[in-house]
Amino acid sequence: MADVTQAGDAATVPKADPILRLCDVEKQFGGIRAVAACSFEIGRGTITGLIGPNGAGKSTLFNIISGFIAPTSGRILLDEDEITGLAPHVLFARGLVRTFQIPQEFQQLTVLDNLMLVPAGRSGESIVSSWFRWARVCDEETGIRDRAEEVLEFLQLTRLRDEFAGNLSGGQKKLLELGRTMMTDARLVLLDEPGAGVNPTLMKRLVADIRRLNRERGYTFCIIEHDMDLIAALCDPVIVMAEGAVLTAGSMAEIRRDPRVIEAYFGGSGQARGTRA
Amino acid sequence: MVLEIIQLTVYGIVLGSIISLGAIGLSLLYGILRFAHFAHGDVMTVGAYLALAGVTGLGLPIWAASALAVGGGVGLAVLIDQTLYRRLRRTAPVILLIASVGIALILRSLVQFVWGPDTQVYTQELQMPVRLLGIRLKPTQLQIVAGAVILVVILHLFLTRTRTGKAMRAMADNPELARIVGIDTELVVVWTWVIGAALAVAAGIFLGMDTRLQPTMGWHILLPVFAAAILGGIGKPYGAIVGGMVVGIASELSTMVFPPVYKPAVAFALMVVMLLVRPTGLFGAPR
Amino acid sequence: MDLFELFTFVVFFLSLVGIYGVLALGLNVQWGLTGLFNIGIAGFFAIGAYTSAILTTADSPGYVGGFGLPMAVGLLVGILLSGTIALLIGLITLNLREDYLAIATIGIAEIIRLVLKNEEWLTNGVRGIAGIPRPFAGWFDDPTGVTNLLVVALALVVVYAALERGRQSPWGRVMRAIREREIAVMAAGKNTVRFRLESFVLGSAIMGLAGGLYAHFFGFVSPEAFDPMYTTFLIWVMLIAGGSGNNRGALLGALVIWTIWAGTEYLTNAFAPPEYLTRAATVRMFLVGLLLEIILLTRPQGLLPESQFVTRREERRRRRSDISDGK
Repeated sequence: MADVTQAGDAATVPKADPILRLCDVEKQFGGIRAVAACSFEIGRGTITGLIGPNGAGKSTLFNIISGFIAPTSGRILLDEDEITGLAPHVLFARGLVRTFQIPQEFQQLTVLDNLMLVPAGRSGESIVSSWFRWARVCDEETGIRDRAEEVLEFLQLTRLRDEFAGNLSGGQKKLLELGRTMMTDARLVLLDEPGAGVNPTLMKRLVADIRRLNRERGYTFCIIEHDMDLIAALCDPVIVMAEGAVLTAGSMAEIRRDPRVIEAYFGGSGQARGTRA
Repeated sequence: MVLEIIQLTVYGIVLGSIISLGAIGLSLLYGILRFAHFAHGDVMTVGAYLALAGVTGLGLPIWAASALAVGGGVGLAVLIDQTLYRRLRRTAPVILLIASVGIALILRSLVQFVWGPDTQVYTQELQMPVRLLGIRLKPTQLQIVAGAVILVVILHLFLTRTRTGKAMRAMADNPELARIVGIDTELVVVWTWVIGAALAVAAGIFLGMDTRLQPTMGWHILLPVFAAAILGGIGKPYGAIVGGMVVGIASELSTMVFPPVYKPAVAFALMVVMLLVRPTGLFGAPR
Repeated sequence: MDLFELFTFVVFFLSLVGIYGVLALGLNVQWGLTGLFNIGIAGFFAIGAYTSAILTTADSPGYVGGFGLPMAVGLLVGILLSGTIALLIGLITLNLREDYLAIATIGIAEIIRLVLKNEEWLTNGVRGIAGIPRPFAGWFDDPTGVTNLLVVALALVVVYAALERGRQSPWGRVMRAIREREIAVMAAGKNTVRFRLESFVLGSAIMGLAGGLYAHFFGFVSPEAFDPMYTTFLIWVMLIAGGSGNNRGALLGALVIWTIWAGTEYLTNAFAPPEYLTRAATVRMFLVGLLLEIILLTRPQGLLPESQFVTRREERRRRRSDISDGK
């Protein structure tokens, strides 16, 4: 693995301390190999970028890491514990949280409810306790509401509190997605194209928010993104994938100089040029 | 003992032929329209009774009446699709499911209204069983199997030799892909109804020949037909044939141990085992 | 018809509306709240009815019985048994495609129907079980069955209140979210299969309760009363017509559809010549089927729709068309 230097803002942590480790992860769909012998590490406290041309297998890899699809072979370790094939909700409970390329907001719920849905392990999520322990359920709800209000304030979305999420703009939905990851004690957050469809003003806020979360709350981020400016602003190191495997990794400056990366994006492999999925 | 097993297996093939014909259509419809067509059994019922009308009302021989019934059944299915299902296609697939349950009820009440609730037969003639190496077989049962084989051969030619047939198979297997390749999906949908309804009508007539006609006959065989379609893998017409045979033979063999009334339960048990072990069907890729 | 007869008729009518209301509420948990497709309602209904019937009747030759337990025990065991069977079906099918559950529920309803008809030692076969005690029978004289109505009403109120509470709790919020985007709920750390299982079991248990109420209401159960198509279908039409997702809609649907159903039966019985009575019944069934399709095509949200958000664009469009209609 290439040299892992810390992003300027992040606290310095020993580079030999990976929060996530992938060992030869492979995924086949029918006869097609979407991810091939993929191995890399994500250092604790980093904002790691994951880039590559369309069809490189980035989103598939996210789906595998977050437990939405099982890999055909290979192992995934979170804090040196094997998590391969565990269900999404189990991984969530261990602090591994993700967002989606296309915002998955709950249109029929208000912005506040979208956030309040997230925290797990509450008694109110069993219908039986809603019958017999209503007071306790209400208590917990109050606590969660306070937390959700804080998150809204952090994201400057407070005025949209009671709006149905379906009415938000694309960028606001992306912020809401980020907000959902803040409703739990996440350790590793996987962001799938957080910048897609976000206007420049909101984009600035998004970048600042991610950086603050990384610094103040110690979230480790792994970000898939096609917007190279966002990657350059936030991520170090950057991992480059092509055709289902890791091509190279390093700082943005190193990546920019690497001829293999240019080859992968613009070369004759038949891939579309860096356009958005 | 051995003879009994062979005898039951032969009966199982007869029942399996009927189930297969129903399951092929169900499987194709399921694969292409992405919804379980719960009125399929009642399309079978309607077909059987239309043929009855041809036999008793017009005095036609059963084969001519069957041709007429196939025409009527196909027309009815396409009509229902164009007036109802088509308008609901953009909504969630489960809405189509409810609509098809409603159609099942409508068809059955129609049959019951026109022909009454009592059981009926195509012919009062006594069927003299043929004995072949100690196996008893009624001439109608031979006709059923022969008829099913002919229909499956025609279907095979259609699916492999015609453009529409190939498109249909592609779509049943992967509708998204088919859409990208540029298949005229609405045309394929109509053809699927034609094929599915024609085979269902044939299955209904065969079922009526094998036993008797009853307004609930189709609804009661729906469960084995679904079991066969799931066993064969949704959207796989050839799998449905194998599934139908497995369900038919297993149902008949089970009568050695269980009372014959529980034949549908055997089909259900097979289906449950399949869903537990290999939800994608006998020939599907493991998940 | 004198006043007493009228009163008895109204009590009878409302008791049945109440029982169907409980069934519709049970289906609303599964379909309206979670989007689970159950077409084996009759099966769970029958389990509740027969369980309570067998447990509470006096001894009789020919089939299992003679337990003579109190009605409350019968109802409770019926509820538990329906719930348990739902749990087993759910465990097998709920992590598969949604329509597999539907097919499995048909299967279980079919098997229950066959067992009711054929296992005479258990259910007395087609002759059915008679002599099921009425609620509080022998405590006082009740020629109109008003006690029965009160029991049904109590059950209905309890079920309604429990479901409304659940709907407003965090549990209900997760349920609505699952119906909308299951994958995102998974990403929010919820075990969605468990939630759907909970809803399926709860709904089926409520249907079992309705079955028990039905058995004690009529005092007699036979396989004919649990015809899969007949019961299952009416409940579906009730829920869709009333407004799925909305508990009050489910109850309204039960009232409206049962009024239509029983009213047309009354009319045909009064005016149709006897030889056409069976045909008249099929015409009514046909019309109910047609009604369902018309509702699906023209007003899929039902009479009392679940309150849902409208996007601003739709709202604007609607307002604009209102204005242009006005001019």
